[in-house]
Amino acid sequence: MTSATSSASVTTSGSGTPPDTGRATQSGFALGLPPRPALLTRPAWIALIALIIAIGLGVPLSALVLPETSAFHLSAYMMTLTGKFMCYAIAALALDLVWGYCGILSLGHALFFALGGYAIGMYLMRSIGHQGVYQSDLPDFMVFLNWHALPWYWEGTQHLWYALVLVVMVPAVIAWVFGFFTFRSRVKGVYLSIITQAMTFAAMLLFYRNETGFGGNNGFTDFKTIGSFPITHPGTRTALFLITFAVLVLAFLGARAIVTSKLGRVVTGVRDGETRLMFLGYSPLGYKLFIWTVSAILCGIAGALYVPQVGIINPGEMSPGNSIEMAIWVAVGGRGTLIGPIIGAFAVNGAKSFFTANFPEYWLFFLGLIFVLVPLLLPHGIMGLVELAMRRRKRS
Amino acid sequence: MNENPMVPDLALPEEPAERSLSGVADFGRVVTPGEIDVSHGTILYLEDVTVSFDGFRALNALTLSIDVGELRCIIGPNGAGKTTMMDVITGKTEPDSGKVFLGQTIDLTRMNEPSIARAGIGRKFQKPTVFEQHPVWENLELAMKADKGWWASLRARLDRQAQARIEETLELIHLESEARRLAGELSHGQKQRLEIGMLLMQQPALLLLDEPAAGMTDDETMQLAELLNHLRGTCSMMVVEHDMEFVAALSGEAGKVTVMAEGRVLAHGTLDEVKRDETVIESYLGR
Repeated sequence: MTSATSSASVTTSGSGTPPDTGRATQSGFALGLPPRPALLTRPAWIALIALIIAIGLGVPLSALVLPETSAFHLSAYMMTLTGKFMCYAIAALALDLVWGYCGILSLGHALFFALGGYAIGMYLMRSIGHQGVYQSDLPDFMVFLNWHALPWYWEGTQHLWYALVLVVMVPAVIAWVFGFFTFRSRVKGVYLSIITQAMTFAAMLLFYRNETGFGGNNGFTDFKTIGSFPITHPGTRTALFLITFAVLVLAFLGARAIVTSKLGRVVTGVRDGETRLMFLGYSPLGYKLFIWTVSAILCGIAGALYVPQVGIINPGEMSPGNSIEMAIWVAVGGRGTLIGPIIGAFAVNGAKSFFTANFPEYWLFFLGLIFVLVPLLLPHGIMGLVELAMRRRKRS
Repeated sequence: MNENPMVPDLALPEEPAERSLSGVADFGRVVTPGEIDVSHGTILYLEDVTVSFDGFRALNALTLSIDVGELRCIIGPNGAGKTTMMDVITGKTEPDSGKVFLGQTIDLTRMNEPSIARAGIGRKFQKPTVFEQHPVWENLELAMKADKGWWASLRARLDRQAQARIEETLELIHLESEARRLAGELSHGQKQRLEIGMLLMQQPALLLLDEPAAGMTDDETMQLAELLNHLRGTCSMMVVEHDMEFVAALSGEAGKVTVMAEGRVLAHGTLDEVKRDETVIESYLGR
């Protein structure tokens, strides 16, 4: 229908009108687009605000006010578990920014997650102070190794603000430097994935060494306080939970702002047609570095929220398997959507908790099954299914 | 020659073309970086360009120049080096030797693909390459001449002027009613038109079109010829094509046609002239 009408107008405008750079065809056609697309639709804003109110009021109420005998009491176990899932969701969101939107499949995001965790872990180790087993100024593992002074890179980690700076800066700098050299050399696809995997594996081996100064294979644990608050106190736990939730919401909105900007559209262009983009005058390096570094920072923040809640960080967090699991969360939820990875992180980890509690020996088989079946049957993940259902409803 | 360095030079088409060979601005001229200096009437100039892949000479001392505002058709058998030439001009392939200049002053051999595109060369690929996951209008928005750095893109807003330009281009390529559809859902001919629209959004000084009529129906091919004729005068164009009817529609009676074979120029002239050329008949058109 449309091609027929357009072909008719070509013949009339092409031969008759003088070449007037196209203005001759002006017929008052208007796109009527806003300067920037809305961050969220109205119903989505309402849903989000409702969720914020529900969590912001409901969680403290059920965890702190209601007695433990109440059916609505939120146990410490459940709160920690959900808090953990939210950290995973932030990491999944971060991975989706590079994989879903920019087409860079990173199998090394666990490194950034762990680095954020180690950064806050250094602070938590320092704030143990004399309450450790050896009652020394130094963290226990250093006393054990017969060290007499803190290594230089531990300098300043007794301050929370400095640890928070490290949480952001360490993943950012490492990601930027790594990204600069790989993206500049136009390394793409599986090669890039393999290099990221190697990167996290190398870092894991480095952190396993006692000499590296991060507690070797035991990592950091036995945390006592954060700020001046005891870390296992229900109030502290609730606060950490709410902070994690707030970060998740902000990360979602921030990611949404990025992907709805023109930069977001260019980044998707990198994913779909990097060559075309280059011949349009875009240099992909800056765009890739931006999205890659933002993603690493977000992942680091997720790790920093994770460690005080679970109470331990060790090099196992950097294992290649962890990075691959992150990719599964994103794939299951639906990459290239922002809500998808969040759902995916909750769904896969929910299943993991269920399986490891009830059928621990089958969990890895189940995970493998997901890894095989999801790309085959649900190429767009859970969100793809939701979209399909919505389109069907519209049509009928 | 402009003797006063304080007065910016204006185009002097009557100047002899030989003076442009150096590619360096003559002494005393004000050179504005990034601006294409076409004071000698030449927009693109290739001299002795050689490219070889594993010993095979894809381009063999190719010398060619395109005048400002010209629509030049380039024909030649497969393997004549036409696409390689476009790769060299757009920075995708580095020539082994030779000079490639945009205007008098811009040395393209020293630049990469994005900076050549920003300097004013638009390239249409043989296979239509559009961003299939983006709506049609976003394809045009991405192509629009603007600051293409990441920071500018992050802050960019679609102002009225930009929107008007997108609307104008949509009308020119007759895709108004498809503006919000995903580019991947368009037909082959519509994608070809969209890609040309994207090139126009770039406001290029020189358009390179690599077999734009490939895979199009006869009707679509003639529509495309009309669209390109319509653009004549707004920018210089170089069209590589196999389809002789399309070439005839584009070049008309007086337009210049270049015939390439084995990596060099075989003949040059109007379509009628090259059709009568003995060497062309032998190597390309057949007896």
